[in-house]
Amino acid sequence: MSGRRARRSALHATRAGVGGAWCVALALVPLACQNPLLLGAVLALDVAVALLTGLARSLARTAVWALPFALLVMLTNALLSRNGATIVFRGPDLPWPGPIWITAEALAYGAVLALRMLAVLASAAFVGAAVDADELLRALRRASLRSGVTAALAVRLWPVLRRDAERLADAQRCLPGAGASRVAVLRAVTTGALDRATDVAATLEVRGFGSARRPPRLARPWSRHDVAFTASALALLALAAGVLAGLWGGFSAYPRLRVAGDAPTLIATAALVLCVLAPFADRRGIA
Amino acid sequence: MTVLAFDGVSYWYAEAAAPSLQDVTLAVEPGELVLLAGPSGSGKSTLLQAASGLVPHFHGGSFAGRVRVGALDTREHGPAAVAAVAGTLFQDPETQVVMGSVRAELAFPLENRGQSAAAVARGVEEAALALGLGGLLDRRTHELSGGELQRVALAAALVGRPRLLLLDEPTSQLDPVAGDELLGVLRRLNEEWGTAIVLAEHRIERCLPAADRVVELRGGRVVADEPPRRWLARTRATPAARLLAAAGIEAPPPVTVKEARRALAGLIPSDAEPPSATPPARPRRRERRAADLAVEDVWLELRDGPAVLRGVTLHASAGERIALMGRNGAGKSTLLKTIAGLLEPTRGRLRAQPVALLTQHPGDHLLRETIGAQLPDSELAARHPRDVSGGERQRSALELVLRAGAPIVALDEPTRGMDGERRDALAARLREHAGVLLVATHDAEFAAAFATRAILLGDGRAVADAPPAELLSGGWYFATQVARVLGGAGGALTAEQGAALLTRSAPVPEAAA
Repeated sequence: MSGRRARRSALHATRAGVGGAWCVALALVPLACQNPLLLGAVLALDVAVALLTGLARSLARTAVWALPFALLVMLTNALLSRNGATIVFRGPDLPWPGPIWITAEALAYGAVLALRMLAVLASAAFVGAAVDADELLRALRRASLRSGVTAALAVRLWPVLRRDAERLADAQRCLPGAGASRVAVLRAVTTGALDRATDVAATLEVRGFGSARRPPRLARPWSRHDVAFTASALALLALAAGVLAGLWGGFSAYPRLRVAGDAPTLIATAALVLCVLAPFADRRGIA
Repeated sequence: MTVLAFDGVSYWYAEAAAPSLQDVTLAVEPGELVLLAGPSGSGKSTLLQAASGLVPHFHGGSFAGRVRVGALDTREHGPAAVAAVAGTLFQDPETQVVMGSVRAELAFPLENRGQSAAAVARGVEEAALALGLGGLLDRRTHELSGGELQRVALAAALVGRPRLLLLDEPTSQLDPVAGDELLGVLRRLNEEWGTAIVLAEHRIERCLPAADRVVELRGGRVVADEPPRRWLARTRATPAARLLAAAGIEAPPPVTVKEARRALAGLIPSDAEPPSATPPARPRRRERRAADLAVEDVWLELRDGPAVLRGVTLHASAGERIALMGRNGAGKSTLLKTIAGLLEPTRGRLRAQPVALLTQHPGDHLLRETIGAQLPDSELAARHPRDVSGGERQRSALELVLRAGAPIVALDEPTRGMDGERRDALAARLREHAGVLLVATHDAEFAAAFATRAILLGDGRAVADAPPAELLSGGWYFATQVARVLGGAGGALTAEQGAALLTRSAPVPEAAA
């Protein structure tokens, strides 16, 4: 279940399709781009968006498990890459993977990969926390009924199983001197998942899900926030496309680092900041 | 036109030795409210599942006979088609809500019928208004309490304006206030909209006044199908009916508290005032030190959330059997978990001998491959916990906790879904308990049967702490039916105590109007 709360920001007030598309567009910029200036700007904007949407805690939770992974990505690239001209550490010659050289370029490229990963995960956190999963599922059901059934069941089942696991773990501590291993609890949750899925599926049945009708198209008027976030998402797509076309945000790591800091890149960075933050400026009708 | 008809229905679950329904024949007419009575395992839930089409389409097994819901024969139409005629509500609200927000949950059944967006929006608003959910429409379902979830699930069952409503113990997880509210809504639906209702419930006394008929099941067979008064005359299944019988009053069995009071007009001793609810004296220092359980000014404040416990103080010694009562969310379960060491108080002091706690989900305590691995002498020793009935699982977990040898035993809602016979047996067992016993319960009749002390929690505080005769005789909601009939006179809580009061104070009349 998403942690989406009652509307409290322009992003929360936006229809799910637009909100989801905006988060995807925000993730496409770091996917398309390797320039540290632009990546740094995206990460700073992620923090700003988290603060503007009241999702700082969600972002912090994501960062707690994402940062070690990012560090691992950076170190793996530094250890395994043979590219780069500036050797900063010369290690022993191992049977596998051979001589250990760490180059500044490989470290920098590892850091760029880590930054990209963090930026994409931040966007995913915003989708989970600020976009209405029900509306997205509804759209999925309109597109593909069977996929919608599976997704609805999985989305609903996940929090039920998580609560089951917490309850089971608590119950094992309820008798003095007793207790069961985590493996036993995990086994009980997984074997109980079938029962739980049956219960939820029975509810879906008696709510008429099996009648296989697609939900109606909602004639919902476009709010100012829908329009603003759509424009912002389109602008973000254009920025990402500009990077792919080589118009700005140039970067190459090997054999020597080359980071474009030219005027187009600086203008693109400023445009990025403006595109991301502008939709949040209007706070009318967000409650 | 008959809205629900069973014609010679028998049903066996897959691989079951005995049938769960045997040759069931009954008909429900539009606007009727039918109460399903019978002990646990008598076939009430299976009957409701057959009426919703889940049996046999969803559960498999062997099915004989015919069930018609409106014009639909369930052998030819599955649950999704039947859902257009019959709304269904099960016991566990947690697995009955499938969407993330209340609005989406209410829209879901209408969308599945292919209704237009305008019709969906209108249906959602009307169902929300009918059930007082207007303020909850934009709330996330995982933020709702059990009572709120149950109301949302009921609204989702009703949103398509079904002609028939099938309800399986809808009040089993609700406190008396929320339970009464839900039953009030059902009565309104039945009386004003003409919705036929089939309701399975163990707390008969709550539902009987609204019922047109009682259908009693035993061993999967219909053993009685009669008006409430005739059924009550035969079974004396409510405390008020038992009170009149025990006092030797020859009057028609009372279906409501009002009727019972009328039957006893002039017989209730005027000098038997309700015991005064005096605040309990604070235990002396020596008593506090000697107590097996000392909870002193305990607070539990959630991070970014409310304070669930607010300065609870409680001392208890061996031999005390305490009923913890209060509304859903009052802090009963939290207090028990704190005492058992599952939660850490954020303020205050807690000193307790080892505690054994039975949580609200008894099956959670049985994780081994067989029940015998934890209870070697159980008659179910060879069975896997998942292969036994809910009642058997509950009794096994209870046995496990009571045999743990802990000086303090805490039970959280142990009578949920339990029939009257088993509830009485449990109360008798608890009366033999030698250590400290703490039981969180909504069931005033059960509390009166086992407790030596009752504590009422409200908003995380202990708002009353008194003997049950004081606490359960003077309240509106947290009172036994006998206490309500007698107006709290003499602190009588059970039919036997009430009869003793009546026969002591006045000669038994030959006939009372």
